[in-house]
Amino acid sequence: MIDPTAPDFWSGLFQVLLVGTGETLYMVGIALLLTVLVGLPLGIVLVGTERGGLFAAPFGSRPLGRVINRVLEFIVNLGRSVPFIILMVALIPLTRLIVGTFIGSTAAIVPLAVVAIPFFARMVEIAIKEVDSGLIEAAESLGATRWQIVSKVLVPESLSTLILGLSTTVTSIINFSAMVGTVAGGGLGQVAIQYGYQRYSTIHMVAVIILIFIIVMILQGTATWLARRFSHRARPARTRTSVPTAI
Amino acid sequence: MISIKHVSKTFGSGTGATTALDDVSLDVARGEIFGVIGQSGAGKSTLIRAVNLLERPTSGTVTVDGDELTLLSPDQLRVARRKIGMVFQHFNLLAGRTAQGNVELGLEIVGVTGAERRRRSLEILDLVGLGDKAGAYPAELSGGQKQRVGIARALAGNPKILLSDEATSALDPETTRSILDLVKTINVQLGLTVLLITHEMDVVKRVCDSAAMLEHGRILEQGSIVSLISTPGSRLAHELFPLGEVPPHAGNTVIEITFSGGSADRPVIAQLARNYGLDVSILGAAVETIGGKQAGRTRLELPGSPVANAAPIADLRGQGLLVEIVGDGAASWTPSSSSSAEGAHA
Ligand SMILES: Nc1ncnc2c1ncn2[C@@H]1O[C@H](COP(=O)(O)OP(=O)(O)O)[C@@H](O)[C@H]1O
Ligand SMILES: [Mg+2]
Repeated sequence: MIDPTAPDFWSGLFQVLLVGTGETLYMVGIALLLTVLVGLPLGIVLVGTERGGLFAAPFGSRPLGRVINRVLEFIVNLGRSVPFIILMVALIPLTRLIVGTFIGSTAAIVPLAVVAIPFFARMVEIAIKEVDSGLIEAAESLGATRWQIVSKVLVPESLSTLILGLSTTVTSIINFSAMVGTVAGGGLGQVAIQYGYQRYSTIHMVAVIILIFIIVMILQGTATWLARRFSHRARPARTRTSVPTAI
Repeated sequence: MISIKHVSKTFGSGTGATTALDDVSLDVARGEIFGVIGQSGAGKSTLIRAVNLLERPTSGTVTVDGDELTLLSPDQLRVARRKIGMVFQHFNLLAGRTAQGNVELGLEIVGVTGAERRRRSLEILDLVGLGDKAGAYPAELSGGQKQRVGIARALAGNPKILLSDEATSALDPETTRSILDLVKTINVQLGLTVLLITHEMDVVKRVCDSAAMLEHGRILEQGSIVSLISTPGSRLAHELFPLGEVPPHAGNTVIEITFSGGSADRPVIAQLARNYGLDVSILGAAVETIGGKQAGRTRLELPGSPVANAAPIADLRGQGLLVEIVGDGAASWTPSSSSSAEGAHA
């Protein structure tokens, strides 16, 4: 039991929250980076290897494309369906192999990335599928390579949707990062468990909830702002003949 | 410039198969504007997409500017496609790029960089009359302006051929005319060969040198407009100059005279009246300037049966005019285009 009237309570609380927030941002940040680096290409390949897709026949072989699609589809479904708490434990050997230990915030990045990658890949898949096939055709008619179509058409044109998908993904990574804390992963989750739950400090618990809420709000606000910034679709209020304003 | 030989395209297989193109052969000469007309579902889009192999034919060959595209490797095909610009019915512009950005896309793909890319894109935007809209996003442009951007983008790689799939079908008549005039300007100024697809006869009338009619995946007729006009029974000619229904006039002869080239300004009717003392009445007329030449059809009613009018008809034919006897009053012949009687009774 922690005594809130103790002289060093508030400075201790501040210290613990500072470290916890730092660890959470670290875990979430690196996991997010990995998620984008792996999830984005994964989602693109998932769409691309579908029938009639951009990579339907890699190296001229449709069977290869079909196999890639089935395998990735299976992996993504598996990653999406296993409950996180089980996944986290099941991944301990892999985490040990990569990080050397399964304790601490660096180790927590592995299960976080593993759960977030398939999640984000699905979001990418949805975003890319929304891109009008006419745009791909236009780029093809200009003689674009497949890579140019991905980098100049698919990703830029789905950017707003991708950003919103990413924001949903971060929120769920933060959510899972708190769960990781319970298995000694560090971060704000661990603060909530160690102080709020095991030592009955309601103040710690409330502070953690407020902090996580603030982090999520900032991230979602930023994402919404960015998504709007990159969206150049017609605004309903504008009429056809209105004079455009330079942006 | 474009040579399509025995191209067929079947979508799907087995019982669900659709034959979109059925042994289509087509030749587009260098520098001309060639129109393919047909109703929705006729296979027009499939045909034009076969020209740059966006749609690979099931059989047949496509040769563009000497390259047999159907034989090229994917990399060679990409390079060959740079010679073939394409514009689309729904513009297909990137929403996230400005007008200039969209034009630059074409240049980026070809590998033009830096200041040269900016210079070229602005130059092309100027050419299509959008110099002042370089910084506008597609959502801020009207349909006609978007299509101008589409045309500018297609021109970015300095193509020799422009393919246009219903480029004006989403536009109002006035904008359609201005876009067609732009296409004509490009055709003349840059010497571009244009293959355009449309379901509107007006488009063919306004800009095309040659035309083909597509129905159920087959070419019914093709040739230069002038030669089509002088082909007896040409459906394209009838649809280009619709004269409406032939009114039944018992006992009289109804003829249709097709003029092309120089014959249009000869006083044919006055001659008939003078030389044969005929009381000629004009039932309908449609005259247009096609490819800079006057062409058109006139429907006349001559008193008496076709037999009684044999001499004046022979005389007209002797002058090189195409004369068709379309009704002898009793029969109710109707032209294939039973559409509106536009242009009739001029
Ligand atoms: N990708 C496709 N898959 C299956 N059928 C198609 C496809 N594209 C076109 N078709 C069919 O081919 C026929 C011709 O279509 P299209 O070339 O688009 O005609 P048009 O452009 O003249 O309206 C139609 O019956 C259409 O349903
Ligand atoms: Mg079409």
